[in-house]
Amino acid sequence: MAALEIENLGIRYGTRSVVAGVSLAVAPGTTVGLVGESGSGKSSIANAAVGLAPVASGDIRVGGASTVGRRAAARAARRRVQLIFQDPFSALDPRMPVGESVAEGTLATGRRWGREERRRRVRELLEQVHVDPDRAGALPGAFSGGQRQRITIARALAGEPEVLIADEVTSALDVSVQSTVLNLLRELQRTLGLSILFISHNLAVVRYISDEIYVMRGGGIVESGPTEALLDAPADPYTAELLGAVPVLGERMTFEEAATP
Amino acid sequence: MKKLLSPAGIAASLGLALLLALALAGPALWGEAATQRAVADRWAPAGSEFHFGTDDLGRDIFARVMAATRLSLLLTLGATAIGVGGGVLVGLTAVVLPRYPRRFLVWIMDMLLAFPWLLLVLFFTVIWGATATGAMLAIGLSGIPNLTRLVYNLAASVSEQDYVRAARVAGAGPVRVLFRHILPNIANPLLVQASASASVTLLAFAGLSFLGLGVQAPEYDWGRLINEGVAHLYTNPMAAIGPGIVIVFAGLVFTLVAEALTDRPGQGLRGVAAAARAAVLPGAAPLPARGAGAGGPGDGADPGGPGDRGPALAEVADLRVAFPDGAGGLVERVRGVSLAVRPGEVVGIVGESGSGKSLTAMALAGLLEAPAVVSARVRRFDDIDLDAPLTRALSKRLGTELGFVFQDPLTSLNPALTIGRQLTEVSRTHLGMSRSRARDRAVAGLEAVGIPEPRRRLGDYPHQFSGGMRQRAMIGMALTGHPRLIIADEPTTALDVTVQKQVLAVLRRAQRSTDAAIVLISHDIALVSGFCDRVVVMKDGEVVEDLDAQHIREQARHPYTRGLIACLPDMRSDRTRPLPVVEDGVPAADPLPGGEPRRPAPGVPTADAGTRSGGSAL
Repeated sequence: MAALEIENLGIRYGTRSVVAGVSLAVAPGTTVGLVGESGSGKSSIANAAVGLAPVASGDIRVGGASTVGRRAAARAARRRVQLIFQDPFSALDPRMPVGESVAEGTLATGRRWGREERRRRVRELLEQVHVDPDRAGALPGAFSGGQRQRITIARALAGEPEVLIADEVTSALDVSVQSTVLNLLRELQRTLGLSILFISHNLAVVRYISDEIYVMRGGGIVESGPTEALLDAPADPYTAELLGAVPVLGERMTFEEAATP
Repeated sequence: MKKLLSPAGIAASLGLALLLALALAGPALWGEAATQRAVADRWAPAGSEFHFGTDDLGRDIFARVMAATRLSLLLTLGATAIGVGGGVLVGLTAVVLPRYPRRFLVWIMDMLLAFPWLLLVLFFTVIWGATATGAMLAIGLSGIPNLTRLVYNLAASVSEQDYVRAARVAGAGPVRVLFRHILPNIANPLLVQASASASVTLLAFAGLSFLGLGVQAPEYDWGRLINEGVAHLYTNPMAAIGPGIVIVFAGLVFTLVAEALTDRPGQGLRGVAAAARAAVLPGAAPLPARGAGAGGPGDGADPGGPGDRGPALAEVADLRVAFPDGAGGLVERVRGVSLAVRPGEVVGIVGESGSGKSLTAMALAGLLEAPAVVSARVRRFDDIDLDAPLTRALSKRLGTELGFVFQDPLTSLNPALTIGRQLTEVSRTHLGMSRSRARDRAVAGLEAVGIPEPRRRLGDYPHQFSGGMRQRAMIGMALTGHPRLIIADEPTTALDVTVQKQVLAVLRRAQRSTDAAIVLISHDIALVSGFCDRVVVMKDGEVVEDLDAQHIREQARHPYTRGLIACLPDMRSDRTRPLPVVEDGVPAADPLPGGEPRRPAPGVPTADAGTRSGGSAL
C-alpha cells in the first residue's frame, strides 16, 4: 500500500478549478518529485493533503486512510502528513522561541506529552536537523535562512509524520545552503524511513532527490515515471521543453526553438 | 531593555514617572490649597504666590491643576482601557468567527467607524447624562470600532502567515493560535496604538469638559479648569494656559511612550536621529579621495580581469558602498570592487544574498542614493563621471543610453499607468519626441520583445500582463532609449524556467541588434555562465574571481567559486551521493559581523530594498 495516495483529485477555489483529475502515489520510504511551473497547481495539492485547501473531488489517502472531510478519522489521517513551507522567514513565529515552535509540532502526534519529555524530544529533533539544541530558547531572528529551514523541518518531524511534503523548500535559499537542506532531507529519509513528496519548479533539484517524478502543467499531470527513465526519454513535449530550459554550467544557452514565445 | 535606553525611552520613562508622582501625591499635597476659598485673593493674576493665579473663589489654580492630575489621568486610562479592551475582544472574535458572522461583525464595526466620535459621545451623554463616568464610558466605547478595525487587520495579516498555517497543520486549535501566535505578534503595534490613543483621549476629555459635557462641578479635571480659565483670558491668561500646558505635557508623554514602544527603527524619532547622523557623517568619514592617483577616467585603473581589451564603456574602480548601521556607524557592503564593461560585452555578476552584486550594479548605473555612501577611485559611464553632479544634458544621456531591468517587473512598473504611457516616458521626456512618434517607437519596442498585438497592448495596465510579458515589456522599455548598456538585476528570478528562457532570448536578441553591453546579475551561476561572456563572482562585497564563462568549470580556482559550482545540483549530479557542501566559514549564510542576520525581518528596509526602491524612480 502506498504511503500517500492521491486519486483523481480536484481542487477548486470558488468556481476556479486549479487542479483536476490528478492521481499520484508515493511508495513507502521513497521520494516522489512533483515538478511544474508556477500556477500549475503543485502547492494546491500539498495544501489539500494537509487540509489547508478545499478538496472538490477525489480522495487523498495516507496509509489507506482518507484525509478528506471533517470526521475525526480524516483529521487524524491528516496529522500523519506534515508540510514544510517554502519561506523559512515567514514559517516561524518571530516572537516564539524556536524550541516552542518545534514543541508545537508534537501536537500532531495526538498524544499527551509531559513537560520534561517534550523538552527532551525538542532537543533530540534539533540535534537531528543539526541545529544546536542549546539554542532552543532563541528567537528565529537569531538564525540564518538555512538554519531556520532546518528548524521548520524539525517542527514537521515533531508530528512523527509518515509522509513529509516539502513545498519548494529550497527556493528561498542560497545555493550553498540549498545543498545542506537537500542532504538533510535525504539523510532523514534514510534514518526515519520517511516517504517524501518533494515539490519544486527546479528540475535539477527534483532530479537529484527523487526516485520518481511527476510533471504538472495547468492543474493536471502531464507525465510521470522513474527519474532516470523519464528525464532520459521524455515522452511529452512539455517535459522536453522544461528539460531544455534548464541552464547548464559552462554551456552556452541556445535560443532557436525558444526564441518565439 | 535596549528600547528603554533610547532618547525617546528615557524621556518617556521620566515623563511617566512625573505624571505618576503627580497623580499619586497631587491631591494630598495640593488638595487643600486647591479647595481653600479666599475671596480676598480672587482673580489674582499669575505671580510668585499663585503661579497660575486664582479663580473667582480665590482658589489657587496651580494647586487645582496639580490636584486634577489624578482624575484626569484616571479618566483617560479608563476610557483607553475600555477602547482597547473592547477593540481586542471584538477584533479577535471576528478573526476566529466563521466567514459570514465575521463579515457581519466587521460590517457593523465599519458602519460605526463612519460615525464621527463626537456624535457618538453626544449620543452616549444623552443616555447617561453629563457626568465624568458617562464621559469616560462614552469616549471609551466610541473608540472601540476604530481599535477593532486595527486589531482585526493586524490579526488577519498574522493569521495568513505560514507559521500560523504550520500550527494549524500540526493540529493547533483557534484558541491556541490566538494566544500563542496572533496576540504576541500584534501586541507591539497594539500597545503603540493604545498609547497614541491615550493622548487623543486625554484631549477628548479636555474638549468635553471644556464644552461642559464631561466632569461637573465641584469635581474638576484639566479640561474643566481650562473652561473656567478661559473666561478670564484677558485678565489672567495663565488661568487657561496653565492647565493647557499640563495637557500638552501629558499628551507628549503618551506619544513618547508610543514612540519608545515602536520596535521599528526608522519609523520614529530614532530613525530621524539616525538619518541626521548619516547625513552629517559622509563628509567626515575617511573615505579615499576620488580621482587621486588616477590621471583621468579609465587610465591608470586596471579593473579588467582576464583579457582587458579596448577601452571600457562603463567602469568602476575601487568601488565602496556603505550604509548607516542605525547606531551612528557605517557598514560597508561593497568593499573595493573594480569592474569594467566593454562595448557589446555580456558580463555576469554572480553571488549569494548579501554579496553586494546588486549594489555594484546600481553604483555602476549611478542609481544609488542616500543613505548609501558611495566612493570610488573611478566611476564613469562612457565619458560621464558619475561621481560628479550631473548636468541636465548628461542625465538625459544616462537616461537613454543606460537601461535597467529590475527583478520584479510588477513593482518596477507603475500599476496605475498604462504600459504605453510608461513605455513612451523615456522617449518623450529624454528625447523630446512627439506623442505619436514615441508610441510608434514603443510599439517597435514591444514587437522586438515578441509581444503580440503591441499597439493594442499599449493600452493595457501592468496587471493585465503575465510575469514573463511584464519582464519582456521592461526590456522593451529599456530598449526604447537605444541603450548602450543594459543592466539586468535578477531579471528572471521570479519567472519559470521556460519563461526565463524566453526572456533571456529577448535580451540576447536585443543585445545582438543594438550591440549594447549587458550586465546580468544573478544568484544562479549556471544561468550566468550560459548567457554571459564573462562571469564575475562576488562574495561579501568583494570580487572573488573573474572567469571566462565557457571555461568556468575548468578555470575556477577560488575555493568559494568551486564550492558554488560543486554544491549546485545539475542534470548530471550523482544521485547516489550527498551533495558537496560549502564549508562553514565560507558560505554566505553566516551572519554579518555584528550578529545581524543577513536577511532582516519583513518591513525593515535592507540595503538592497532601499536602493532598489530608490532606483526604480528612474
